[in-house]
Amino acid sequence: MDLLVKLLTANALLVAFAAVGVLMGVCEIVSRTLTGGRIHGSAIAIIAGLALAFWGGSVTGGHKGVADIPVLSGVGLMGGAMLRDFAIVATAFEVDVAQARRAGLIGLLALVLGTVVPFVLGAGVAAAFGYRDAVSLTTLGAGAVTYIVGPVTGAALGASSPVIALSIATGVFKAVVVMIVTPFVAGAIGLNNPRSAMVFGGLMGTVSGVSGGLAATDRRLVPYGALTATFHTGLGCLLAPSVLYLAVRAVVHG
Amino acid sequence: MVIYGVALLAICTLIGQGLGDLLGRWLHVKANVGGVGIAMILLIAARFGLERRGWLKPPVMQGVGFWGALYIPIVVAMAAQQDVVSAIKGGPIVLIAGAGSVVLCLALVAVIGRLSPPTETMDEIEARELGEAPPSPTVH
Repeated sequence: MDLLVKLLTANALLVAFAAVGVLMGVCEIVSRTLTGGRIHGSAIAIIAGLALAFWGGSVTGGHKGVADIPVLSGVGLMGGAMLRDFAIVATAFEVDVAQARRAGLIGLLALVLGTVVPFVLGAGVAAAFGYRDAVSLTTLGAGAVTYIVGPVTGAALGASSPVIALSIATGVFKAVVVMIVTPFVAGAIGLNNPRSAMVFGGLMGTVSGVSGGLAATDRRLVPYGALTATFHTGLGCLLAPSVLYLAVRAVVHG
Repeated sequence: MVIYGVALLAICTLIGQGLGDLLGRWLHVKANVGGVGIAMILLIAARFGLERRGWLKPPVMQGVGFWGALYIPIVVAMAAQQDVVSAIKGGPIVLIAGAGSVVLCLALVAVIGRLSPPTETMDEIEARELGEAPPSPTVH
């Protein structure tokens, strides 16, 4: 038994490849037999991944889902930022430049809206729950933008640690919801062309949410969404602790 | 050779991330600004440059294409390591702000789509491209 554990932990990345491959195969079968192919195999696989992350987090008490289980630690490397960004960049080979350029300006508009709208909502919800100081309101609003913008803003403004933790949780929950919901609403919101994918990327932000949501919807849309989503976190980190914080302070003290 | 494609991809990703970090520092932001996007633009530019010189051989494309094809499994692995437990445990403020901003932004995607002129869907683009370039093995 410990020989097996030793083998698996010493080859963690290979275990991750095998485990994800088997999981995707099972989900493909589920997609075909139980849903008649209506729900993408990849959508089911991503939801299964999130469910496993919940299970892993409950079992280990850690913060990295199944990657906290030693035998499955390779999942952390396989799904980590390095390989994720590497694979996203690779999809740029499929980008139709003319399409991307045509959606450039509208993508920019989506980026700004995608920062301001969630921020206002997040700060509003925080106010409804009794937060009154500008720093906490700004940090919680920033958390609704992405789970990186929240803590970066909180750290810059000197927010308390529970507030920062809440802002991270908000951003992570947002990413999870985007991953699950997108394939089901794609038809209703017209998410079937490069332009809407770029608008989607700019509005939803979170590279993980956008890439997961688009992957579950239509793999061909991924590079367009990634192209705008990648600027989302940066823009949020730029606006939240500066312009948006000043606006919140003006409202609170006004 | 396949490694040329993988190396090209790695170089573009590294330069993009580096420039994204520099841009972040320059803007006094503690985050990477557009690193992946810059890397994607570099890779697109490299593709055109190589194509023009006739250096874009099938093995080079395979080296990049392999990682593009692994994208979805990598996303599944990414999903499996999210901190779902604390996201759910965060309480109502987390659930309302998180889900609410998703609903609002999805609605905005639909609104912007309705307000802009009609555009080709992915299926139509693919059908048109197939029509323009009858069965040629150069695509992928």
